[in-house]
Amino acid sequence: MSVGVKVKIWGDYALFSRPELRAERYSYDVITPSAARGILEAIYWHPGMRWQIDRIHALKPICFTSIRRNEVKSRIPREDPLTAYNGGKGESLFLNTKSDIVQRSSIILKDVAYGIEAHFEMTEKASPGDNPGKFKDIMSRRLRKGECYHQPYLGCREFPAFFCPWDEGEEHRGGESRDLGLMLYDMDYSNPEDIRPTFFRAKMENGVIDLRNCEVLR
Amino acid sequence: MSEPIKNRYEFVLFFDVENGNPNGDPDAGNLPRIDPESGYGLVTDVCLKRKIRNYVETVKEDQEGFGIYIKENVPLNVSDKRALSYIGQKPEGSKDLKKSDPDADKKILEFMCRNFYDIRSFGAVMTTFVKEHLNCGQVRGPVQLCFARSVDPIVSQEVTITRVAITTEKDAEKKGTEMGRKNIVPYALYRAEGFISANLARKTTGFSEEDLELFWEALINMFENDHSAARGKMSTRRLIVFKHSTELGDCPAYKLFETVHAEKLPEVQFPRKYSDYKIEIRKDASIPDSVEFIEKI
Repeated sequence: MSVGVKVKIWGDYALFSRPELRAERYSYDVITPSAARGILEAIYWHPGMRWQIDRIHALKPICFTSIRRNEVKSRIPREDPLTAYNGGKGESLFLNTKSDIVQRSSIILKDVAYGIEAHFEMTEKASPGDNPGKFKDIMSRRLRKGECYHQPYLGCREFPAFFCPWDEGEEHRGGESRDLGLMLYDMDYSNPEDIRPTFFRAKMENGVIDLRNCEVLR
Repeated sequence: MSEPIKNRYEFVLFFDVENGNPNGDPDAGNLPRIDPESGYGLVTDVCLKRKIRNYVETVKEDQEGFGIYIKENVPLNVSDKRALSYIGQKPEGSKDLKKSDPDADKKILEFMCRNFYDIRSFGAVMTTFVKEHLNCGQVRGPVQLCFARSVDPIVSQEVTITRVAITTEKDAEKKGTEMGRKNIVPYALYRAEGFISANLARKTTGFSEEDLELFWEALINMFENDHSAARGKMSTRRLIVFKHSTELGDCPAYKLFETVHAEKLPEVQFPRKYSDYKIEIRKDASIPDSVEFIEKI
């Protein structure tokens, strides 16, 4: 049994990192299904349900900008454990010296808005008292009242996503069709020891990416 | 330590700069950050977080429970290893730790959150642990900040300065003074927005009422101890907090943010001081009464 929802999300900036360009981050052209799922989960999630994204509507033109920031270098080489035990003057992480920060640029999306069509499926972790109607009601109420577990974000936490229920007829941009190439679909968590990415060939037609029957590549 | 917070919050913060550079852009030779299309000034979230950390560090001076994880001059792994020693395990054996103590990652997480104010509020990525198959790698904190943007487009001005002290002797033979550059914004009022999730506070990091008070205090005073030649005069001008009556919130965040309007006065052409602006809160009927508007300053 599956139940659908329609959500509009928007924000000033977004960054859906391409996994192949991660050091200097470069955003995909549109939101990935996994980021959209993350947004829905930030609003409402329960172990007894699994969100599945059906369609993504891009409601605004794709527009990039760039930002360069001082960031902590990815991983600090392992210190001799003994030095670490005894040598600690305080309990801190190294950030400010030249050797451990790097300047990284990110190419980010500007002024985005999406209509997300999704549904959820029940999982075996649902307790006997759970049913799709209950989950659906909770989700609808949260969308209406703006309630959320934490404020959802567009790829990175500094780019918050605002959300409300979406009526498809309203402000659909339509028009643009392009092949967006291979895009991240989601991470495959079925084996927790070996989490793998999955991809799909994203085609936007009239501003809509249809994920309902897409082939997921591993 | 007091209880984790029980309410969702949003906040709008206004701060201004006078003849200074609030946040340099490394891409543009340290010019003030600017949105190239619209000309609005930007200050990144991480820039503000750094100042909050610095403030807390200054005020609390590493008091128990108020350590700052991300600061200068101590290597990263020190703290991670301390967490391991806290749960009674030599770091060498931590690969098998998960087998002997299934709750080890929870304990480490708890330890880190209890000791470090910035992890409690902003979260942290603890990569070392992931490598050792302990899954407390990513901690999301309840406080989420976004980029601050100026209320009006900014103009950045280059000021050329001279100095009489020459660095090298060789140069000193050739010339008497050296030229330098400073980039300043004559005046700008910036607006930053943020979110605080009570759920993440309760379920993950234990961000408490006491921490929240310290956070507001840090937002109000973060520029007071951050004066430097580059910054000019910066100060927090207004802090408007929206307190929801529940953990999940009563109202969408964007509606609350839309109630706060900042505008320069109609007769002002070039804003140069805070009093050239008017900040108003316009509550409309769609905002439920259960959301409390608190004006911290």
